[in-house]
Amino acid sequence: MSWLNKLLPPKIKREQGAQRRSNLPEGLWSKCPACEAVLYATDLESNLQVCPKCGHHHRLKARQRLDILLDPEGRQEIGAEVLPTDSLKFKDSKTYPARLKDASESSGESDSMVVMQGSIKTLPVVVACFEFDFMGGSMGSVLGERFVRGVRVALEQNIPFICITASGGARMQEGLFSLMQMAKTTAALSKLSEAGLPFLSILTDPTMGGVSASFAFVGDVVIAEPGALIGFAGPRVIEQTVREKLPEGFQRSEFLLEKGAVDMIVDRREMRDRVAQLLALLQKLPAAA
Amino acid sequence: MKTTFLDFEQPIAELENKIEALRFGQEDSAVDISEEIDRLAEKSQSLTKEIYAKLTPWQIAQVARHPQRPYTLDYVAHIFTDFEELHGDRAFADDKAIVGGLARFNGQPCMVIGHQKGRDTKEKIYRNFGMPRPEGYRKALRLMKLAEKFRIPVFTFVDTPGAYPGIDAEERGQSEAIGRNLYEMAGLKTPVIVTIIGEGGSGGALAIAVGDVVQMLQNSTYSVISPEGCASILWKSAEKASEAAEIMGITAPRLKSLGLIDKIVHEPCGGAHRDHGAMAHALKKALQDGLKHLQALSTEALLEARFERLMAYGRFKEQHPR
Repeated sequence: MSWLNKLLPPKIKREQGAQRRSNLPEGLWSKCPACEAVLYATDLESNLQVCPKCGHHHRLKARQRLDILLDPEGRQEIGAEVLPTDSLKFKDSKTYPARLKDASESSGESDSMVVMQGSIKTLPVVVACFEFDFMGGSMGSVLGERFVRGVRVALEQNIPFICITASGGARMQEGLFSLMQMAKTTAALSKLSEAGLPFLSILTDPTMGGVSASFAFVGDVVIAEPGALIGFAGPRVIEQTVREKLPEGFQRSEFLLEKGAVDMIVDRREMRDRVAQLLALLQKLPAAA
Repeated sequence: MKTTFLDFEQPIAELENKIEALRFGQEDSAVDISEEIDRLAEKSQSLTKEIYAKLTPWQIAQVARHPQRPYTLDYVAHIFTDFEELHGDRAFADDKAIVGGLARFNGQPCMVIGHQKGRDTKEKIYRNFGMPRPEGYRKALRLMKLAEKFRIPVFTFVDTPGAYPGIDAEERGQSEAIGRNLYEMAGLKTPVIVTIIGEGGSGGALAIAVGDVVQMLQNSTYSVISPEGCASILWKSAEKASEAAEIMGITAPRLKSLGLIDKIVHEPCGGAHRDHGAMAHALKKALQDGLKHLQALSTEALLEARFERLMAYGRFKEQHPR
């Protein structure tokens, strides 16, 4: 220690110490937002981002979810060629193209949905998955089109369709086009139903607004992850409207199960097995060995 | 009924007050001032025309919410006969924010469904300000299914700030009710003609607005979120609503140019609220044209066209990697 350091008051020394500590590799430890337990990142990852202490389901990126659900071999992405445009020339404090660029850089995706054809324990499926990191998983024209292209592949191949939601709702920057995606996506599913193909809807944290109020609840089976916020209007809007405090656990998966809005709550670590089982049951396939 | 004037209509209001005062004084007056009154009335008319010719989107939103604007039941009275209101969703309750029932259109049986707002405070509360709960959407769906069963056309009239954001509405599955309607309406085997008559507020509007013809009254609005809601999210201030109205594209001409609606029904000079009769007359003509066109189609062709129209919604670009 140099002579200068000895002259410094103890408080400053401590701050320097704190700085040094923050030089440790980032992301090695994380804190569970639910139980505040300090978790080792590798543990969390091997546990599919579910807190080993309290079971809190952390948010996942679309491709992580697809990795968890689908078999590793034979995957093919659908609709990646569909990309966003700024049809309204929308601008608030930033232009819409600037927001798209930021979102794409921060999330690594070109819009808020990734659709993948593949299989779950050898059962062929098409899975559409929301990317919440891309503008809050908001639903715009690209999402609608990728969803529909996914449904079309399911129809052509005569295989089930699964959607995993994580979204704040419609994308304001696309105005009424975004509202119409509710009608578009939901209408496509009616064809799937005519063809007698299963549609499973998996709701994760959060599933709100226009996404919740379109295809999310028309699944043949509606599954929720534990503790997910799911609803039409946001809690803040409701609180402002009714001017009373919301009940404990309002709009959480467990609340929805109690009210009869979802079929079941499935822990992420069991999701792959349970989904495969449901698909086999709905398609009258023999039970897995 | 005395007209309620909006902020931007103040010059018209002043003129009208003057006319009113002259008329009142006319009886006692020795000189004939009827000529002067006629002159002022004409001036008021041309001023109204001038102001309404260049309304901003935010001003149009004000007209769409005008307290004297005709509501669904006003159109029912003017356009339809033999109206038999049908109540309830058969599961929970009868939602007063959505009305519906059997009626005749030019003598032909049909189903009418629409959001209903209230005029005075008491009625506004009774109608929940035109904001339906799940049972309202489920009633609407029940009536649509009934129309399908008896192969009669459906006319829907959209006028809502949005679906009700309340605890009870969430508990009974607001999301499911709206989503279910979108799903069923896509394949409903009977013609559906949708008219946005006032506010087309987001999912709460769309839940009865999937159809074969979608038309808007000239001064109605249709949007994914209210201008106030959009402003409070983007600028953290509802004050910026007029800017939000501008950028979102919520007016009939803008939405027509974007290909999101089929037709604009023109309103009487100074807005629908100034002449309910004339407005209803124009709307009836538009409904007639729409129905005639749809009834010429087979059910298969009707459903295919509806599906294609739904699939065509959206703007994006395509770029295949390399």
